[in-house]
Amino acid sequence: MSNEMMSEIKRDHILRLLEKGTRQDGRGVKDFRNIEVETGLIESADGSARVRLGNTTVIAGIKIIPGTPFGDTPNLGVLTTGMELIPMAHPTFESGPPGEDAIELARVVDRGIRESGMVDVEALCITPGEEVWMCYIDIYAIDHDGNLFDAANLAAVCALKSAIIPCEQYGKGENKHLPVTCTPISVTEAKVGNTLIVDPDYDEEQISTARLTVTTDDDGNFRAMQKGGCGSITLDELSQCLDRAVEIGAEIRKIIG
Amino acid sequence: MSGHTDMVLVDENGMRIDGRTAEQHRPIKIEAGVLHNADGSAYVEIGKNKVLAAVYGPRECHPRHLQNPEKAIVQVKYNMEAYSVSDRKRPGTDRRSIEISKITAEALEKVVLTELYPRASIDVYIEILQANAGTRCAGLTAASVALADAGIPMRDIVPAIAAGKADGKVLLDLNKEEDNYGQADVPIAIVPSTDEIVLLQMDGNMTRAELDHAIELAVNACHEVHDLQVDALKRRYSKDREASE
Repeated sequence: MSNEMMSEIKRDHILRLLEKGTRQDGRGVKDFRNIEVETGLIESADGSARVRLGNTTVIAGIKIIPGTPFGDTPNLGVLTTGMELIPMAHPTFESGPPGEDAIELARVVDRGIRESGMVDVEALCITPGEEVWMCYIDIYAIDHDGNLFDAANLAAVCALKSAIIPCEQYGKGENKHLPVTCTPISVTEAKVGNTLIVDPDYDEEQISTARLTVTTDDDGNFRAMQKGGCGSITLDELSQCLDRAVEIGAEIRKIIG
Repeated sequence: MSGHTDMVLVDENGMRIDGRTAEQHRPIKIEAGVLHNADGSAYVEIGKNKVLAAVYGPRECHPRHLQNPEKAIVQVKYNMEAYSVSDRKRPGTDRRSIEISKITAEALEKVVLTELYPRASIDVYIEILQANAGTRCAGLTAASVALADAGIPMRDIVPAIAAGKADGKVLLDLNKEEDNYGQADVPIAIVPSTDEIVLLQMDGNMTRAELDHAIELAVNACHEVHDLQVDALKRRYSKDREASE
């Protein structure tokens, strides 16, 4: 994410721990931090979720409003994902329009949700060619201690699952649940030294050379991937990431229900 | 990836609408040193994609706060020209081009010996003149050749190509129709000497077996693209030698 200097003592400490298969907070390389999800906390939103992933906190809110469909998809609702890295969340974040990190985060989360078909956009059509529901997913990093990718994905997915289409507000019948078909889960790994670690914290991200996010669906099929960072990953490492994304994805799906 | 069509993308003989088999890439043309002002440049055609890449630098880094006291930074600007797609594209950066620029820069930084140029910037400009699916791979392929043409020390030259899925079949190097109406797209770039992956994205829907097959196809094809990159550079510099003699 950002380029803050890290002391060599800390760097060496993290690397030494990894040689022994453990991490600063006592986790093993494959362990996710504790996940806490609270939905419905924002009453002004049509769906919302706060996700805590260790010390990382992210809030996602959903707004659903009627609008005009795109010309090439007259029968489909519209899905839009945005993310902001606000100065509150970390000393290195600055105010202003979203930068490349925020844009990449939003687009990777969007890809997982869109490509998995999580939101049934056909059911968001009100009058074909004229009016559809526009579903806006807005994600804010509130407190950044690493792995914003998975925290943002979880917050967006949980917020969507809790979302209600506000039909009454616009005189379009009774309110109804947003039609949701599955639960796409992303699992991000960072390469630190030659070790791939699941759910990196902030310090681990600072000394990592590459990152891989893999999003799977309920059937364990692959829906989105994104490699990041200036380093590389080998084909064997990729294979390991894919295995873990399926395995850990299934566990997280159970936790968030 | 989301559209629907009655078009048969892969026929019963396994042939695609442009006459390719599943494992064939589109015709590729690479030329190095095509611009006058840039320190290095390249032109790449992959099927109907037409892409220019230019390199300036190493040069002073602007804005200065981006300078790294230990190494050069690689800055990439990927830009689609307004007439490059069927509907006119609104000029200027959008979120897609910012993302592509970022991951392209990260892929190149792996091979460029940035530690030789502290505080400097190596600026890479990728212009998409005509787009027909696979522009980020064509752009990265061109950018690597342009960097080499600029004489920037590199560990290797990065080739990129996508594999994907259409009509339920894993295909190499999707064309526009296969990309629009297909089920998955997996762009990949590698370091050819080690097969390390430096760019990887995926969207769509693939089983593990399909994904493994797609990656294998793309990695193999990357080596073919790499041969063409090397060939383009050899042609460029043998031409220069002939001219000076």
